Amino acid sequence: MTTIPLAIPRPVHPTGIWSWITTIDHKRIGILYGVTAFLMFFSGGIEALLIRIQLARPEQNLITPEIFNQLFTMHATTMIFLGVMPLSAAFFNFVVPLQIGARDVAFPRLNAFSYWTFLGGALILKMSWLTGSAPNGGWFGYSPLTGITYNPGHGIDVWILSLQVLGIASLAASFNFIVTILNMRAPGMGLMRMPLFTWMTLVTAILLVLAFPVITVALIELFFDRAFGMNFFNVAAGANAVLWQHLFWVFGHPEVYILILPAMGIVSDIIPVFSRKPLFGYGTVVLAGVIIAFMGWMVWSHHMFTVGLGPVANSVFAVTTMMIAVPTGIKVFNWMGTMWGGSLSFKTPMLFALGFVTMFVIGGISGVMHAIAPSDAQQQDTYFIVAHIHYVLFGGAIFAILAGVYYWFPKLTGRMYDEKQGQMHFWLMFIGQNITFFPMHFTGLNGMPRRIYSYYGGLGWDFWNLVSTLGALILAVGFLIFIYNMAKSWRKGEVAGSDPWDGRTLEWSIPSPPPEYNFVEIPHVEDRDDWWEEKQRRRERRAVPVVAGGSDADEGHDIHLPQPSYWPFFVSLGLFIGGMGLIYLMNVDADGIRTLNWAALTVTVAGLFMGVVSVYRWSFEPVNDPEPDGGHAAH
Amino acid sequence: MLRLSPRYRYLIALAMVGMLAALLFGCTPNDPHSTFDARGPVAQSQLNLFWIILAAGAIVFVLVEGAIIYSIIKFRRRRNDEIPEQVEGNSTVEFAWTAGPTALLVLVAIPTIITTFDNQVSPDQNALTVDVVGHQWWFEFRYRHPDDPEKEIRFANDLHIPVDEVVNVNLGSEDVIHSFWIPKIAGKVDMIPGGGNTMWIQADQTGFYYGQCLEFCGVQHANMRFRVIVHSEEDFDAWLRSEAEPAIDSPDPLVQEGKRVFLTAGCTACHQTQSVVNVGQVSLQGPNLTHVASRTNIAGGVFDNRGEDGEVNDAIFQRNIRTWLEDPEKAKTGNVMAREAPSYMNPEDALSEAELSALVAYLSSLK
Repeated sequence: MTTIPLAIPRPVHPTGIWSWITTIDHKRIGILYGVTAFLMFFSGGIEALLIRIQLARPEQNLITPEIFNQLFTMHATTMIFLGVMPLSAAFFNFVVPLQIGARDVAFPRLNAFSYWTFLGGALILKMSWLTGSAPNGGWFGYSPLTGITYNPGHGIDVWILSLQVLGIASLAASFNFIVTILNMRAPGMGLMRMPLFTWMTLVTAILLVLAFPVITVALIELFFDRAFGMNFFNVAAGANAVLWQHLFWVFGHPEVYILILPAMGIVSDIIPVFSRKPLFGYGTVVLAGVIIAFMGWMVWSHHMFTVGLGPVANSVFAVTTMMIAVPTGIKVFNWMGTMWGGSLSFKTPMLFALGFVTMFVIGGISGVMHAIAPSDAQQQDTYFIVAHIHYVLFGGAIFAILAGVYYWFPKLTGRMYDEKQGQMHFWLMFIGQNITFFPMHFTGLNGMPRRIYSYYGGLGWDFWNLVSTLGALILAVGFLIFIYNMAKSWRKGEVAGSDPWDGRTLEWSIPSPPPEYNFVEIPHVEDRDDWWEEKQRRRERRAVPVVAGGSDADEGHDIHLPQPSYWPFFVSLGLFIGGMGLIYLMNVDADGIRTLNWAALTVTVAGLFMGVVSVYRWSFEPVNDPEPDGGHAAH
Repeated sequence: MLRLSPRYRYLIALAMVGMLAALLFGCTPNDPHSTFDARGPVAQSQLNLFWIILAAGAIVFVLVEGAIIYSIIKFRRRRNDEIPEQVEGNSTVEFAWTAGPTALLVLVAIPTIITTFDNQVSPDQNALTVDVVGHQWWFEFRYRHPDDPEKEIRFANDLHIPVDEVVNVNLGSEDVIHSFWIPKIAGKVDMIPGGGNTMWIQADQTGFYYGQCLEFCGVQHANMRFRVIVHSEEDFDAWLRSEAEPAIDSPDPLVQEGKRVFLTAGCTACHQTQSVVNVGQVSLQGPNLTHVASRTNIAGGVFDNRGEDGEVNDAIFQRNIRTWLEDPEKAKTGNVMAREAPSYMNPEDALSEAELSALVAYLSSLK
């Protein structure tokens, strides 16, 4: 390669912080995603607790109305974009290559870039608490309330730029996983032999690729309205105030399935293992997931039943929304069919998976209730909806994610979590979930609007709000146990062995934690639950005792792995700096006069310059240096 | 068949009784916002659908959760369990649980679609029409003048309607999107700036009802309420005529001093004391105050002016309006008056105690 200015030697950091910054190993990136996302999730949990404490009693003034609005905006944006989505991404990263018998993802450096860009977007959002301009327009950001007239300052700009940066991260990751899953499966693993989690990852990634451009365009329009005085959503200039809602929900409803499909994938992998039976109706479950994703595009207006789209539109979207309950129900029934006649073991992952199924059924039923357009008019924007979304996203997605954490923890760390504490965590979560969120059905049907910072006594809301707050505290205790259990077991847990659950899929055939190269030899897949079948075959042959892996550390020496790289990190850093600059690009005073903020422009240009230079360097950096300087490249 | 120890049976029975008790305890129709206490045909049709879907949902809930609990107990791993038969699926069963829910949903979809169309089209196009206009953060109501088609009557916070009559409602907004919702009379419909949503409402009983904005609309969304007063037909006509009367001009010197304050302190930039205006005239930014002292609430429901008898009480009104004018920012943080009125923006323009008392006296005279 010719000499290029800015040459920086290839990173060779086996340990330490730089080894994490430059890593392109999908497993380490998975850990980075998971740890970061849990930190963000806990910050969103603290926001939720503050909301619950404010609402515990009527007429409390612990939090100002403005801060309350920022809290619920940040809580939702955090939980959706910085919590559930990256937690799913953590599993995509860690699990998918192991499940398909690959040594890494298709584009390892792009993978690192996804993570660092996600971190940048997350920091843009959360740092707004420090600058005092946290967004306050709701996670849905309805215009005209988010327009510059009704929302001066930079809070909404923070929200826009954060989501844009997060969108870049999500898109990069999605393309990566689509290519990985389609191209890098082990020989013999046809599409209909893929584990369900891998399937749902593929479906989710395709959904993401199609959904994010919509919100990207909408956010650009909103930003141009705010910064440059354009009129995409300016009603005074003749814009349609409802346009934003269409754009947002065309993205927003597939987004709901982006959150829930990976969770369904996790549960579809866990229930068979702990039932010792294959997934009942594998083909139907896969098809149901694909249909849900497809139909997710046909239901967005059920968020807009009261907007006045007319009875024809409302009827159509009511029916499509009801129809989506059918494939969803099929999944639930197939999980039940899997358990039927099985030999069920109730370890923590299974408890959380069953918690997911039972809670998701409740959320699904209240979801169908919202499909009934006329009666939805009595429920929309009340606490009934808050109950519904938390049964789907907390009792649903988060329970499944926790199931996945406990399930793959021994694979990730090589150690076992504390089962007793895991069970305690589950029961606190299960009880806390129902004490927190079930009463919201009552307050909602009793007419309590959501997104109000305070309420008067005597409306029948006092008691159940107090109950909800107590439930939230139970959930908090549960998470403290979870953190303790994870932190302690990671370092000191019992050694788990390669296959503690008698697993069915390929990730359980290799040592725990997996070596850097994952598989010594790329496996040949002959069956759907290949590792399970392999174990049965070996049992029948009474061959060598079933030991996974063949984990001799020397065996991996000849395997070429892509080398670490600085550039993904620096591209992301450039995007982060550029995004921060753009937020403050224009100052708009009370009279609507816009002035350019030169300092912000400088920062923006500097960030983008850094990004472009780093992309340039990245594209000329070979995956492996021709001149090996150590590590696995040595022959 | 599943055999349970008495302890299990006892626990399950207890859980079911507890859930039933919680459900009954949770649905309290007497509360002012309760959606279980429909007092008009629109709310009733919505409640009927809710009962249908709740019944369907309850059946699904019991069957599914019951089957899960049954499997958990029956198929729990026992010592010496063999590896179970590796069943991969069953087309008949899978077809059944695709077709079953589909049929159930078709049954629910039919009344849904019928009600959707019914609620959209007003049964009486020539009925009384009210224009409701949303402002951050209060509701404005506009009626056609009974005698002069060129004029309309404007007021705020209290919506008055006659009992047993269809009322057609045109919904709009002067700023952001709001929503019009009277839980006991009709589910919410959004109020969109520049958009012409319509709905119809009807109340079956005279009385006092609660309404509230249900679409997040900014910092004081929580305090954007209104009240609905349903009159008998004669009372309604009398009320409408009284509302069209000009404001009372009391000769009381304190009131006259208050009126001077009102006219000079900048209040008139946003507030009018003339309820009858030309149709379509742009409203000022604040509520029309022509008969403010006869309203059941002020500041979008922050203050309730009613005494224990449910009628507007002069003393309570005076106390409320004084608290409001003394420190509107404290009473309703972020409201427009505290932000934009000169008396609150500039310390040198602040009202003296004497001016405040006079202003309170003047506003209290506006019945």
